[in-house]
Amino acid sequence: MDLLRFITAGSVDDGKSTLIGRLLYDTDSIKVDQLETILKQSKNKSEGEIDLALFTDGLRAEREQGITIDVAYKYFATEKRKFIIADAPGHIQYTRNMVTGASNSDLIIILVDARLGVIEQTRRHSIIASLLQIPHVVVTINKMDMVNFSEEVYNTIVADYSKMADMLKIKDVTFIPISALNGDNIVNPSINTPWYKGETLLNLLETINITNDINYEESRFPVQFVIRPQSEDLHDYRGYAGKVLSGTYKKGDVVTILPDGIDSTIKAVEVHGIEVDEAFAPQSAVIRLTDDIDINRGDLIVKKSNILKVSQEIEATLCWMDTKPLVVGNKYLLQVQSKRVRCVIKEINYKLDVNTLVKHEQFDPVGLNDVVHVLIKTASPIAYDSYNTLRANGGAILIDETAHTTVAGCMLS
Amino acid sequence: MPQHTLNYLDLLEAESIHIMREVAGQFERPCLLFSGGKDSITLVQLALKAFKPGKIPFPLVHIDTGHNFPEALEYRDRMAKEAGAKLIVRKVEDTIKARGLKEAGGKFPSRNALQSYTLLDTIEEFGFDACIGGARRDEEKARAKERIFSVRDEFGQWDPKKQRPELWNLYNGMIAKGENVRVFPISNWVELDVWNYIKREGIQLPSIYFTHEREVIIHNEYLVAMSEFVRVDEGDVIVKRNVRYRTVGDMTCTAAVASTAATIDDIIKEIQHTNISERGETRIDDQVSEAAMEDRKKNGYF
Ligand SMILES: Nc1nc2c(ncn2[C@@H]2O[C@H](COP(=O)(O)OP(=O)(O)O)[C@@H](O)[C@H]2O)c(=O)[nH]1
Ligand SMILES: [Mg+2]
Repeated sequence: MDLLRFITAGSVDDGKSTLIGRLLYDTDSIKVDQLETILKQSKNKSEGEIDLALFTDGLRAEREQGITIDVAYKYFATEKRKFIIADAPGHIQYTRNMVTGASNSDLIIILVDARLGVIEQTRRHSIIASLLQIPHVVVTINKMDMVNFSEEVYNTIVADYSKMADMLKIKDVTFIPISALNGDNIVNPSINTPWYKGETLLNLLETINITNDINYEESRFPVQFVIRPQSEDLHDYRGYAGKVLSGTYKKGDVVTILPDGIDSTIKAVEVHGIEVDEAFAPQSAVIRLTDDIDINRGDLIVKKSNILKVSQEIEATLCWMDTKPLVVGNKYLLQVQSKRVRCVIKEINYKLDVNTLVKHEQFDPVGLNDVVHVLIKTASPIAYDSYNTLRANGGAILIDETAHTTVAGCMLS
Repeated sequence: MPQHTLNYLDLLEAESIHIMREVAGQFERPCLLFSGGKDSITLVQLALKAFKPGKIPFPLVHIDTGHNFPEALEYRDRMAKEAGAKLIVRKVEDTIKARGLKEAGGKFPSRNALQSYTLLDTIEEFGFDACIGGARRDEEKARAKERIFSVRDEFGQWDPKKQRPELWNLYNGMIAKGENVRVFPISNWVELDVWNYIKREGIQLPSIYFTHEREVIIHNEYLVAMSEFVRVDEGDVIVKRNVRYRTVGDMTCTAAVASTAATIDDIIKEIQHTNISERGETRIDDQVSEAAMEDRKKNGYF
């Protein structure tokens, strides 16, 4: 049994919470005592009816109180798979929270209200999905019950969305007509949509192939920690602990330590103290080398690669996440995996309109939730990949040196 | 071609170990908060595996409320020794005396609130900049929103409005002096994952997790262990029952579950079929609903 992480997106009242509630409820993931609490809160409903949206809504209360709306994580499992849902708010002012939730997702469910069709929010969420390279996109056309389960309405929305998806270069898109409220095509196939020949949402979530999303050709291993027991029996032991971000590592592999560019050979690969033939993504492992070289946290152990870059000048798309504006010349810390270096923002090339994808070269100060393209100069060379080529080693964050907060998510290019 | 597939336990484990190593790599004085419960036992196992063949590069810290199950204490000492880890114990009792704190009264006097004083003092005493804890996001709604690296101010407070964005697998553990990061490596595990992991790893648990006969007070349908810490009132129903613990906290605020589960497999089976959440079933301080109780009765618990 494996694990699928997905995020739900849609504008307010499209039925996101209802959909999640439906998935949890129909897969028996809600316990009686939790259900009881919700029944009590479903005040406006008639006797015995439950408001499915309440399963996920701490969010609603937050909205009422006007405090920051944040990503909440929900968990459920079926016999085939386990699921982690990032329930992220859809408003433009919460773009950063959506980016946070999207960064770890294998799949995004974008809800579209059948009565409204593709709207600005749909476009923005799709743009974010494409920026973050979420491998799979599922567009659920919701509230089909309110348009008499019309095939025509569905087809029009599918055509509209497909046009946009092409423009955004979104590859894997699936469409499903649903009613989150009544459960049509969520867990069980709907009798109301005989014209729909595809699978139910749950079936798709259970079976979509995610192993192909990992790149096994390019090998990246950031060193997090150096293990040196210095005990009597392990006097000379030196193991580099890290996570295989992509690719595979085995004994005898010739590797290069970056950014210094020193070559060595793998003496042993261990997973949890046991020597293995091979470690592969996304395992946590320990690598030992035949040569005694000075390797520290922040170094990257790679196998031969044609796409990896080592540079002090990096172009990146930033999602700005701080209330203080981003200004050219500002200095930050750039964290790429376990490496942290000082950097300066040399140029801001353009601001991306996340509703239209238009690149504005003239723009107001860069503030919270803005997406901009920048040139970053680092104090020392960084080994990294282009986010679009190798997602696992192309993401980075900017940290405010004095406030210590995370101020931006970066897709390196 | 080797098969590159990992099951969900491997995936969760790999993520948690990555987090453990980030803690060791980013902080100067981290520690692991060890409560004796199954979640923190799981943390110790993950820490052991993260740094093999080396030792766990940080101490285990136990904030001892004085209301522990003796089995949990005995287990704690044995475990720390076997893990070759340094164990630091600080007692709530001492904080109460030193600071003149007032104990909660009542039938089941809880030291939950007082515990945080001892923790903050301990953090200050040792200069801990990160404390690893075993909280999981499936436990309750507020937890569902907490980051894996969760920054606390000087007073140990969590400010949900100031949470740092946490993207990909990049954790920002930078803090000012006096601040502290709580790190939750098993945030993404659910209760059943923990049990399945304990089974897979062959981890020994304190005996109170398995069925045993115990003298309990039946209080609002909860089964609370008889101990010197609870106040027995006239009319209390005290009976002997076969019980196990689903979570292990203080004797005064964790309820037992009527059960005859004698092995991990039995427990997993029970948890798969229970329709009451972990918190709902075991936390005396949380309100359990009538429907849940009704269902428990239907299942013949009482
Ligand atoms: N008729 C109908 N109503 C729906 C459907 N899905 C959601 N709703 C209703 O739409 C409203 C907003 O739903 P909610 O889940 O809170 O939307 P969110 O803001 O996206 O989380 C609620 O009143 C739901 O009952 C559906 O499939 N059909
Ligand atoms: Mg909602």
